[in-house]
Amino acid sequence: MATLTVREALSQALWEEMEANSKIILLGEEIGVWGGTYAVTRGFHEHFGAERVRDTPISESAIVGAAIGAAMTGLRPVAELMTINFAFSAFDMIVNQAAKLHYMFNGQVNLPLIIRTPSGGGRQLGATHSQTPDAIFAHFPGLRVVAPATPRDSKGMLKQALRQNDPVLFIENATLYQQRGDVPDGDLTVPLDKSVMAREGKDVTLVTYSKMYYATMKAAEQLAVAGIQAEVIDLRCLRPLDMAPVVESVKKTNRAVVVEEGWMSYGVGAEVSARLHSECFDYLDAPVKRVAQSEVPLPYNQRLEQMALPDQEKIVRAAKEVLYV
Amino acid sequence: MKSKQEFLGGYRRMVAIRRLEEKSAELYQQGKIGGFLHLYIGQEAVAVGMAAAITKRDHVITAYRDHGVAYSVGMPAKIILAEMLGKATGCSGGKGGSMHLVDPKLNFWGGHAIVGSHLPLAAGIATSLQYQKLDGVVVCMFGDGATNIGYFHEALNLSKVWKLPVVWLCENNSYGMGTAVDRASAVHSMCQKAEGYGMANACVDGMDLEAVYNGVSNAAAQARSGAGPFFLEVQTYRFRGHSMGDPERYRTAEEIKHWQDGDPITALRKAIVAKHKGTEAELDALDREVDDEVAAAVQFAEESPEPADAALWQHVYSESPNGRA
Repeated sequence: MATLTVREALSQALWEEMEANSKIILLGEEIGVWGGTYAVTRGFHEHFGAERVRDTPISESAIVGAAIGAAMTGLRPVAELMTINFAFSAFDMIVNQAAKLHYMFNGQVNLPLIIRTPSGGGRQLGATHSQTPDAIFAHFPGLRVVAPATPRDSKGMLKQALRQNDPVLFIENATLYQQRGDVPDGDLTVPLDKSVMAREGKDVTLVTYSKMYYATMKAAEQLAVAGIQAEVIDLRCLRPLDMAPVVESVKKTNRAVVVEEGWMSYGVGAEVSARLHSECFDYLDAPVKRVAQSEVPLPYNQRLEQMALPDQEKIVRAAKEVLYV
Repeated sequence: MKSKQEFLGGYRRMVAIRRLEEKSAELYQQGKIGGFLHLYIGQEAVAVGMAAAITKRDHVITAYRDHGVAYSVGMPAKIILAEMLGKATGCSGGKGGSMHLVDPKLNFWGGHAIVGSHLPLAAGIATSLQYQKLDGVVVCMFGDGATNIGYFHEALNLSKVWKLPVVWLCENNSYGMGTAVDRASAVHSMCQKAEGYGMANACVDGMDLEAVYNGVSNAAAQARSGAGPFFLEVQTYRFRGHSMGDPERYRTAEEIKHWQDGDPITALRKAIVAKHKGTEAELDALDREVDDEVAAAVQFAEESPEPADAALWQHVYSESPNGRA
């Protein structure tokens, strides 16, 4: 067991898989000579060379499109988009090409490609650079959308993504790269379609993923002090969405709060909540509550930005509301 | 392309495309082909000349006006028609349709219906060839309309920066849907756009099979040599509307007549008789062969079964048997 940051975990996953499989190439802006905007690929250019670690022009469509073309013809490209906000510039490539070609071509073409990109706000980058549009991408069948929270899952899921044959949008979070956690030694893979119970409890189920996992775990600790045992489910994967651990938990606790960093309307909480209502309505003792970002473009001002983002306090309050305490 | 036999072969393929398209129009009017239908009539010399100029190591990708291209690279007429009729025996089991013909075994990567979207994919296929040190080139075909979308510029730039083995083959038929080149493009010579990227380029007569053949041969040789991409503009004309639903309000009957006087099939017939000692009888015999081939293809497509209901859920993902997520 080693203690790693998310950055180190991702970097190890890429490095180990690239050492094992020469079909893996990386492409993106500033991933080579610069070493990666978030330093995940520092040292890769020197070690693997410019043919495998390819600096690109600022051309998001060409980055993702080239990854698709390379994947169609036998490579395993990992495209890095500097932030998920730039993924809109490649939106057609992601949802109209990557998500469709395997089905539209009747399984004759595989697309083993990964698009790595950090999501999330809270860094005073203003409205265009601070979004958490994860749910939008999870709308499209054919795409796998994952968003691990911990160093362990970051490493294991990236390694797993590099060994399967579907396009994966691998959502990271810019504020989590320094997050530390235990990562088992040796070859580690984590499935791309399994939610997991992160903390056991009996009174209320808190469903979350990515950065909000940490605020939710802290909220669970705070609730425990007040005598409330919260169970926490980390979704890890948004599509396919594994509801089994969520439903199982709610059947026990009869109450649920869904926590996400993005906006509430049409979001992850909306989906999880709808499924809970159709899959275990009779077990619910309170309407499912959602904790999410205020529905405004995020402002630059630090205090205003923090007001808009979900946090531990808002999660605790929501949990108490569904418990009517 | 020198021998009489080669020209006769080219003639046969061009006539087959013409008859196939005429039959498709009929089947469309009978309601047997759904969706959109974009005919290649008038542009036959481009696809046939292109396919004659490349090798089995090479790759082809095109836009939605793809029937003639698919036939030229070796897809049987019956498979093309079956796909258009949505049958299980079509190239994608009836799930792609007329705009998305594909066959990876022929290195034919589609059939792409979002204008310009396949240009970044072509850059990726070329990246794959370059990285794997394979001696192939990618021929990427697109219309003049596609030169006005961002993909074109991102893909051309990337291909030049990375010295990718691509032939950018622009079929300039003077119209993007119903908008003439001079109403849509700041420059009217497509080659001028390639100049902007410092890219080797040439322009040839797309109504002349031999000219297309020579143009693509030269372009492919240069791309294969490691010199980087080559841009080939081919001036051609579609005799029918953009699609079957075209009101034809944007061009005159005189203009269409002018181009039809230069019909590439008629021109080739004359050239074969005048320059290659072919006889009318030989050519007529080929015409009859083609009639039989197309009639058999129609019969095959009409008699083929519908896809099974289970096909609906197949191939959403590569590794999940029922594709549900």
